[in-house]
Amino acid sequence: MTARERIAGNVANYVDERTGAAAWMKKNLNKVFPDHWSFLLGEIALYSFIILLLSGTFLTFWFDPSQREVVYEGAYQPLSGLKMSAAYASTLHISFEVRGGLLMRQIHHWAALFFMVAIVVHLLRVYFTGAFRKPREFNWIIGVGLLTLGIVEGFLGYSLPDDLLSGTGIRIAEAIIQAVPVVGTYIAFFAFGGAFPGEAFIPRIFTVHVLLLPGIFLALITVHLMLVWYQKHTQYPGPGRTEKNVVGYPLFPVYMAKAGGFFFIVFGVTTFIAAVASINPIWLYGPYTPGQISAGSQPDWYMGWLDGLVRMAPPLETHAFGHTISWNILIPGLIVPGIMFTGLALYPFIESWITGDKREHHLLDRPRNVPNRTAIGAMALTFTLIALINGGNDIIAQQFHLSINQIMWFSRIGILVLPPIAFVITKRICISLQRADRELVLHGKETGRLVRLPHGEFVEVHEEISPEKKWLLTSHEQSGALELPEIDKAGVRRTDAIRNKLRSRMSQANAEVAPKVSVQDLKEIEHH
Amino acid sequence: MAHEIEAIQDPGIPAHVHRKADNDPAAAKQAERQVAILFLLSALGTILFIVSYVAIPEDIFVFIPVMGNTNAHQLFLGLGLAFSLFFIGMGAIHWAKTLMPDEEVTVQRHEFRSADEDRDALVATAKEGAAAAGLGRRSLIKRSLGLSLGLVGLSPLLLLRDLGPLPGDSLSKTSWKAGTRLVTDPGDRPIKPEDLEVGAVAQVLPAMIPGQDHRALSDIGKDAVLLIRLRPEEFNLDAERLSWTHEGIIAFSKICSHMGCAVALYEQQTKHLLCPCHQSTFDVTRAAKVLFGPAARPLPQLALALDSEGYLVAKQSFSEPVGPSFWERSS
Repeated sequence: MTARERIAGNVANYVDERTGAAAWMKKNLNKVFPDHWSFLLGEIALYSFIILLLSGTFLTFWFDPSQREVVYEGAYQPLSGLKMSAAYASTLHISFEVRGGLLMRQIHHWAALFFMVAIVVHLLRVYFTGAFRKPREFNWIIGVGLLTLGIVEGFLGYSLPDDLLSGTGIRIAEAIIQAVPVVGTYIAFFAFGGAFPGEAFIPRIFTVHVLLLPGIFLALITVHLMLVWYQKHTQYPGPGRTEKNVVGYPLFPVYMAKAGGFFFIVFGVTTFIAAVASINPIWLYGPYTPGQISAGSQPDWYMGWLDGLVRMAPPLETHAFGHTISWNILIPGLIVPGIMFTGLALYPFIESWITGDKREHHLLDRPRNVPNRTAIGAMALTFTLIALINGGNDIIAQQFHLSINQIMWFSRIGILVLPPIAFVITKRICISLQRADRELVLHGKETGRLVRLPHGEFVEVHEEISPEKKWLLTSHEQSGALELPEIDKAGVRRTDAIRNKLRSRMSQANAEVAPKVSVQDLKEIEHH
Repeated sequence: MAHEIEAIQDPGIPAHVHRKADNDPAAAKQAERQVAILFLLSALGTILFIVSYVAIPEDIFVFIPVMGNTNAHQLFLGLGLAFSLFFIGMGAIHWAKTLMPDEEVTVQRHEFRSADEDRDALVATAKEGAAAAGLGRRSLIKRSLGLSLGLVGLSPLLLLRDLGPLPGDSLSKTSWKAGTRLVTDPGDRPIKPEDLEVGAVAQVLPAMIPGQDHRALSDIGKDAVLLIRLRPEEFNLDAERLSWTHEGIIAFSKICSHMGCAVALYEQQTKHLLCPCHQSTFDVTRAAKVLFGPAARPLPQLALALDSEGYLVAKQSFSEPVGPSFWERSS
């Protein structure tokens, strides 16, 4: 035994005699994780969060979250002698006088953008492969919660420097709060400690940004990962992979090395981008004052769709009985996002209600094999993308020499018309891909080799695909529509007939597929 | 459905293909060297980082294509840190991929549902506990507990009351009163009509009252006004609103009636005001009527007059609240 092995043994002995953890540790070090690049998306989100904690802690050492008015006398000459908040002045100090301060600010901001990108792409992966199905519905809801909190946390973060751009963002947030019927004005005055902008808001959101939300994030991420751990990771279908097993690499050492290495790569790439690409140069915007604004005001991308919805809203307000209801703010700012996020959170339950499928699923779906779900996803994406595009309508108008009014009308009409079109097209593409899979299994793949038969006919030689590939293309389930008769066995019309009819309709739409290769098909091909 | 006969049978996990380094000690040695080189590159990155921190002054700018003028200190600090982190990651992953075991392992899953007897036992335990506590029988306890728990939730809400003052009518009021002089922002100079040429636009604020040496941002947020001079015949206003202008000078609240951004973009040709936040467009010649965008109300117009010294003043305060809508707003 080498000295190193003896030390390792002693440490393990010390820990086990005090915790009895040996059996548990052994089991978990051998935990198996399936390998696929798309499983790294959630990891990027996790690592970005760690980068955010590290860089954010660094920034708090110099940032002064106060709206007290100071006169700037720092290194950046163009703003010298100007009145500004201590928050803005200290952000300038971090950017120009703290060595590595600007780099850390840019790492923090880029990491926040990557965090949100990773969350959204991870969510899309989970959605389109059906990883949210039983038993993982809780984790889906936690994920939707993390997405929502991420948007709020990001908004609060870029609001902290109190520059002209971020102050404008807070102004808009205040207007949304103020638009809430009955209590809006009161909530706004409580949140801002009086009339906008006041001197209380930035210190308050600082506490929320660095303490309250990160704490909730840590708790939710912990539960999210513990559930992944406990329920074991899903895997893509393929030879040897079933609903009952997990095929992959053990945590120790392979996964630890890969995942640990990947953390450093994410950190390194984020740092590289922060080193070479400027982001949020707040010194160019100047300090916030409600009487000024810069053209081309844009939120960060994860808020852009919300801003786009607000921009395209029709100018509707109701004035009645001495009160005002601003539909032009309430609908795009609260009602539509509320519907979107509720629908997102409830989707696993809606789908299982439609399919009637209450079984556990650990094998992922290929998106083409579930055309309806894939099409709904494409529809939701189209909706959000149009809103996002409209959020940048001023920039697009400028860059492409278009009229803002035309872009706005395109968005207003497009957001209603294009999502259903996206649904239909996506569904058709999925079913066509299923047909192509069927062709591959039955007739093999085209080789591009033409052969002339003795009687003069030219044919292309098809080559049979591998048994592994055949299995991949045929192992999915096609379970048909639910049968929900309007009249029950006793001949009585069911009381919940309308709900059943709806469910039955949706179930039929859901079951629309190109039939996969059956035993019968194979027999026919043999006789051919 | 689950029992249907599959047309194609599962061929099972494909046979494992060994890597070069698994059998060839020379290849393994080479992989080891590659990993070491990657780790050494990381060390070089850290050295670059330290050198940049100590040796490159903070005010040196270098020109780099695409990036433009770049602060050399921040750039090399960042590059050093990026390389030091990135190559640790590359090294670890290369190590895992070339030298650590790459044979896939299969383990079995088990259903999460507990055994039936355990589930029944749990239900029994829960029922027993509930019965022992008398939850079902003692409704008085149940109700009074519910009441007190509900009330306890009120305390933190009540404690939040002192977060801010009640709004009162502060959203409906501005500093503009009859006779308040319009002053330039910045500069605080009073304005005579001849200071503004036709086509000019200026941001103004109410003159500070004697003894005031400072404007709160929350006041600017309601008081900011845009002054625009057109030719009088260009207006298309009713008699009252026309009387609020002075020799072609018209004043509007600069705070957008949609969400309170500063309506700062004035198009001289079309005489439109555009809010850069959500593109609401207002027609200056028609009392800031909304032409386009999400705003539902015109910008409030400030009535103008001249004082005895010939300076522009407000004829009266705003006739309606400025800024975004709120529940208590009556029109």
